[in-house]
Amino acid sequence: MKKEVGLLFVTLGLVALLSGVIFGVIGAFQFVFPEFITTVSFVKIRPLHVSLVVAWIFSCAIGGIYYYMNNCCGTGLWSGKLAKMHFRIFVITGLLILICYFMGKFGGREYWEFPAILSIPIFFSWILFGINYFKSAFNKIGGWPVHMWMWATGIVFFFITFSEAYLWVFPYFRNSLVRDLTVQWKAYGALTGSWNMLVYGTAIFVMTRIKGDEKTAHSKTAFLMYFLGFANLLFGWAHHIYIVPAASWIRTLSYGMSMTELLIFAKMIIEWRSSLEEAKKDFHIIPYKFIVASDVWIFLNLGLALAISVPAVNIYSHGTHVTVAHSMGSTIGINTMILLASAFFLISDITKSDFSAAQKKQISLGFWLFNLFFTVFWCCLIIAGIQKGILTVEDKLSFQEVMTKIQPVLTIFAFCGIGVLAGLTLVVSPLLLSAYRYFKS
Amino acid sequence: MLILTRRVIFWSLIVLFVIHSFLVFTIGTEEDKGETLLTKDALNGKLVYQKYNCTACHQLYGLGGYMGPDLTNVMSKQGIGELYVRAFLQNGTQRMPNFHLSEEEIIFLVAYLKYVDKTGISPVKKFEINLNGTVTQK
Ligand code: HEC
Ligand code: HEM
Repeated sequence: MKKEVGLLFVTLGLVALLSGVIFGVIGAFQFVFPEFITTVSFVKIRPLHVSLVVAWIFSCAIGGIYYYMNNCCGTGLWSGKLAKMHFRIFVITGLLILICYFMGKFGGREYWEFPAILSIPIFFSWILFGINYFKSAFNKIGGWPVHMWMWATGIVFFFITFSEAYLWVFPYFRNSLVRDLTVQWKAYGALTGSWNMLVYGTAIFVMTRIKGDEKTAHSKTAFLMYFLGFANLLFGWAHHIYIVPAASWIRTLSYGMSMTELLIFAKMIIEWRSSLEEAKKDFHIIPYKFIVASDVWIFLNLGLALAISVPAVNIYSHGTHVTVAHSMGSTIGINTMILLASAFFLISDITKSDFSAAQKKQISLGFWLFNLFFTVFWCCLIIAGIQKGILTVEDKLSFQEVMTKIQPVLTIFAFCGIGVLAGLTLVVSPLLLSAYRYFKS
Repeated sequence: MLILTRRVIFWSLIVLFVIHSFLVFTIGTEEDKGETLLTKDALNGKLVYQKYNCTACHQLYGLGGYMGPDLTNVMSKQGIGELYVRAFLQNGTQRMPNFHLSEEEIIFLVAYLKYVDKTGISPVKKFEINLNGTVTQK
């Protein structure tokens, strides 16, 4: 069995994606039908869902970076052995985390809901990744293209912010709720920013390959956008904690920072016509299709993010499903689309073979099915969130009454989840089949 | 963009990040209105809250999962008090599992929720919107 470590990560990621989405669908049905699958409670299903889909994002992004560094960036990979060790640690830690969830053993922090001790192998594996990346990257002759800067930033800042997310183990941070929440969400905001660096870097890399044009990855605009994104990663996280009673300058600074993203929004609007023309030309290329979809979702989710970063809107949207639309909108619409593009690119590059006509049809069908259901899914979350936000501020109904009001929209959301799962399965199964054939050959 | 320019911008941002983090960790989060209720029991209560992953379904300051209500001010909500909260913790509901908590764990959780209640308000229902898009709590 051949073992291209990049493909191992990507394959693992695809499996995590499908299983994670299955748990998501189960969770959504538990939300609206309390009698649905009571043997495994929502308290376990939610972390299973979130951790598996986050594992998908990391695994596919990391796999891509290993493969592209080794084969495409003119750097080579410093150590294949270290990369394989990273993979083994990733798998073992992942399994331990899943076992803990099933057994009901929690660390109980939002997103990293596993016992804190399991963060140690994650730290360690990330050090291996960092060493390998930088040892390889410094082989590069001439300046780095912007995607290598982004990967480097993502790797370093994941490490920093993951550490920050564990500051709560020290009483100084843990013993004040205001400090704990502020630092926790400072870390999480930047942490998502870090994985976005890995993912957006991947998108830029794939685009330069499809277009056969390296120059854009060295352009001034590319770097300006990168620095804007980086500054937002560092300082634009406080929309999560506007209502936490920390000092007001934290809010003000972050509000101002977030609004600089209007520049990106404006750029997209100004360029939409030429982007559309561009998009039409190469839409038949599979990875490109997914990149185009991610662009549309970037536009929509950036609009939403800008809106909820305005405190006057945030006061209604915070603590409602609008936030879930924001997080799932970005992780599915943007990250997952880009990473699927990368998976298609990588697998065709490794296997040097194309998909059959029937498979291409299936992928295209899956693509449209996914995007259609996901659009309704996303809108339902926003509608449910707005309803809950307004009803909560009005303060006339009890929590149960509010939830009853939003139940119908959430029911549509849950059923759309099945459509999203079906679309993704159609898209992912040819990828898994190719990977399986490659490993067997 | 010159490689040198890139490096200068990069490292300037890093320096600002370090300063900003330091300020957030210290003066930015200095005030704790609930401090007097921060007893040993309350501190243990936080760990119990984490042990049972209450955050999967509940929010504090709007942060957490969305199946259940925000618990920030559950202790001072009208018609609700310690007895009411205890009833939930002892029995669970159709949606909320019964965790079979020990009496000690319940005491810890109640102390913790009392502390949380004093730290501030969530969700915010009384506020004024200013012209620049910011909000003043009333
Ligand atoms: C699986 C989801 C879930 C988990 C986990 C969970 N709860 Fe709940 N909880 C709920 C729901 C839902 C309600 C609202 C009542 C209902 O609809 O059943 C609730 C209600 C409550 C209430 C009453 C609040 C009010 O305003 O009426 C308290 C207090 C509470 N939970 C505390 C806790 C604590 C403490 C934990 C952790 C030990 C916890 N819950 C874990 C779902 C959950
Ligand atoms: C690629 C696919 C997906 C990704 C990347 C993803 C990601 C996420 C993330 C990051 C969260 C945490 C949200 C937050 O706390 O704000 C979440 C929550 C959730 N997701 Fe997904 N998700 C995916 C697909 C789905 C699908 C198809 C469903 C089914 C309807 C679903 C149902 C849920 C539910 C019910 C929650 C919990 C929300 C709550 O706490 O109330 N997800 N998901």
